[in-house]
Amino acid sequence: MIDSIRGRSLLTLNDMSRQAIVEVLDTAESFVEVNRRAIKKVPALKGRVVASLFFEESTRTRLSFETAAKRLSADVLSLAVASSSMKKGESLRDTIATIDALGIDAVVMRHQSSGAALQVKHFVPHVRVINAGDGQHQHPTQGLLDAFTIRQVLAERQGLTGVETGSSLFEGLHVLIVGDIRHSRVARSDIAAYVALGAEVRVAGPGTLMPVDIAHWPVSVVEDFDQAIEWADVVGLLRLQKERGTGSFVPSLAEYTFTHGLTWARAHRLREGALIMHPGPMNRGVEIDSRVADLPAAVINRQVENGVPIRMAVLYLSVAGSVGGTDQ
Amino acid sequence: MSALVLRQGFVVGPTTARIADVLVIDGVIAEVAAHVDAPLGTTEIDAEDCWVGPGLVDIHTHLREPGREEAETIESGAHAGVIGGFTALVAMPNTEPALDNVALVAYVLERGARTLLDVAVAGAITQGRRGEYLAPMAEMAALGVRLFTDDGIGVQNPSLMRRALEYAKPLGVTLAQHCEDEQLASGGSMNESLLSGRLGLSGRPALAEEIMVMRDLELVRLTGARMHFLHLSTARSVASVVAARAEGLPVSFEVAPHHFTLDEDSCETFDPMFKVHPPLRTRSDVDALRVALRTGLVDAVATDHAPHAPELKDLPFDEAPAGMLGLEHVASLTFEALGAQQCDPHRFFDLLSRGPARVAQLRHADAPGPLNGHGGSLVVGERANLVVFDPSARWTVDRSTLHSRSTNTPYHGRELTGRVRSTVARGHLVADQGVLR
Repeated sequence: MIDSIRGRSLLTLNDMSRQAIVEVLDTAESFVEVNRRAIKKVPALKGRVVASLFFEESTRTRLSFETAAKRLSADVLSLAVASSSMKKGESLRDTIATIDALGIDAVVMRHQSSGAALQVKHFVPHVRVINAGDGQHQHPTQGLLDAFTIRQVLAERQGLTGVETGSSLFEGLHVLIVGDIRHSRVARSDIAAYVALGAEVRVAGPGTLMPVDIAHWPVSVVEDFDQAIEWADVVGLLRLQKERGTGSFVPSLAEYTFTHGLTWARAHRLREGALIMHPGPMNRGVEIDSRVADLPAAVINRQVENGVPIRMAVLYLSVAGSVGGTDQ
Repeated sequence: MSALVLRQGFVVGPTTARIADVLVIDGVIAEVAAHVDAPLGTTEIDAEDCWVGPGLVDIHTHLREPGREEAETIESGAHAGVIGGFTALVAMPNTEPALDNVALVAYVLERGARTLLDVAVAGAITQGRRGEYLAPMAEMAALGVRLFTDDGIGVQNPSLMRRALEYAKPLGVTLAQHCEDEQLASGGSMNESLLSGRLGLSGRPALAEEIMVMRDLELVRLTGARMHFLHLSTARSVASVVAARAEGLPVSFEVAPHHFTLDEDSCETFDPMFKVHPPLRTRSDVDALRVALRTGLVDAVATDHAPHAPELKDLPFDEAPAGMLGLEHVASLTFEALGAQQCDPHRFFDLLSRGPARVAQLRHADAPGPLNGHGGSLVVGERANLVVFDPSARWTVDRSTLHSRSTNTPYHGRELTGRVRSTVARGHLVADQGVLR
């Protein structure tokens, strides 16, 4: 277990302790204030170079990371890489070596292959690697910003700051994650974060979208989604990729909505004060009814907004604490 | 006249063994005796404290030529082979283009004949290994091809596989199958398991292999044709074939060294060096394979030597090609799996020489052919394909000193016990102390 990401790469939440996660959340909270200033910039990473390397395009995540890096005064190299390194004819090792030759302190990396960020860390051990999503493996900053958002909203209701609450608001919190768990890096990171912070996590979804090893995850699988809705303090929806709903995994998108969509009717059976979350982009009308997405209970825009301070915190802890050299 | 003598080795025949000298004259074993008076000018090879046995036979080598010469050539593969103790290799047909016709088979045989060891060819079962139409097996058989396979992929269509078996049966050839139902494997890149779920890598379930093994056993029962199962990797696959063989079905199977030495946990680092099809399985599968090896249930150890250019292993796990090297360390890995100092030398040579030679029909007793003379009994009159194995040597695998053109070994840095000291192929000393002669 890692008790702090200071000076380290961030590849997965699986090995992060509660203490390490809380440190990121607390650090992010101090950056929320920066984002509300007229001049949204601190000199924490002045002179440092952060490369963003998106093998799989994701404009939202890339902008969020680049905004975070710029607000820390880092220089940002933004590289749009073709969808597959193999198609482009260059190996992952050569691609990262080329970027490294430009002189970088950190690389923020998104890749369609599970494990690609870990491989890159082996290729350039002196560079901090921030995993911005690798295949179906992990999306650590999403897990962190989701946990941050829950803490922030629940703390506000008690008139406290998130920092004051530590991880206490997660004790016994009921979190229900719904949808394509099998193919979701967001689910894997969210579950790791919530469980580390003390929440009780259940998952729901069609049998074809459950991972093969779900019995060994620190979660329980709900049999009846409609009952579980009444149990949940937080409902985390996952995006259903349209191609999964063409009969390969789910007979149709309409059937998915019927079995696991957060419909208007289901939303009315949520507990009072329950939160609705979605990592975006949403398929309105599929996993979430359009009106439900716009309810006050839906904190989806908060999640997007919190992406920047969380990524500032991750970059700050990971890069500011480093002076070259390899990870501890 | 050329002559060489192996002095005072522990000469391992099929059932007996004794310390003796082995004299080879003009490529043939001329005398085996407690002490041999060699003619003047005979090359002397010290085999004291070593095993002397029939040269190793690999029935599953990817030599990559034609098409992927940057990864391996017939010549470089032969070099790796003799260093590893081999005197015969069977070249797999998944080259580019595939070995599915007489012209290409003749090309590989001709190139092979110029190397230090014997290169036999496995032909493709289907045209282009596409699993659609039968390849001209009779024409290739006329060139001496005795094994046919679409290895890299199994023949997926059961109707076509049935016809292939019916067609092959009167030709006296053996069909060899890479058993994995690709629809069930669904493009996965490691064993489907707890670990694959956690790593977010899509899995190739054990069942994808087992279901095809079971299908093909029933096709053998139906057709009566001979079949060999390539690189079985799960406990249930092995149990199925062992049971069918005991019933009298004409089947045999091999296991690959990586499947009895490495388990799926190696994939945790996402290092594509550990990517192979069928994938590395669970620890209990590894243990079951080792038990099968020790108890004499396995027909052959086969390397599935699969060279890949380095840049292809610098790709993400799911994009990188499957396969790893095997020729240069399989003897040591097998020796260790059989208990190292407790290793039964008869079993060792059964698994690495006599068994595979029988499967590939390369023995002295098989239908006459230029490549016969492997897996022998070390008696006078046999072609001299021999290996000297030092059971007490210790060495460390170093990818930079391999003779293969590629370096994709998963064993880099691993210390091994037992090592091939000398290889005599076609009566010539071709490798000695890890150096080509």
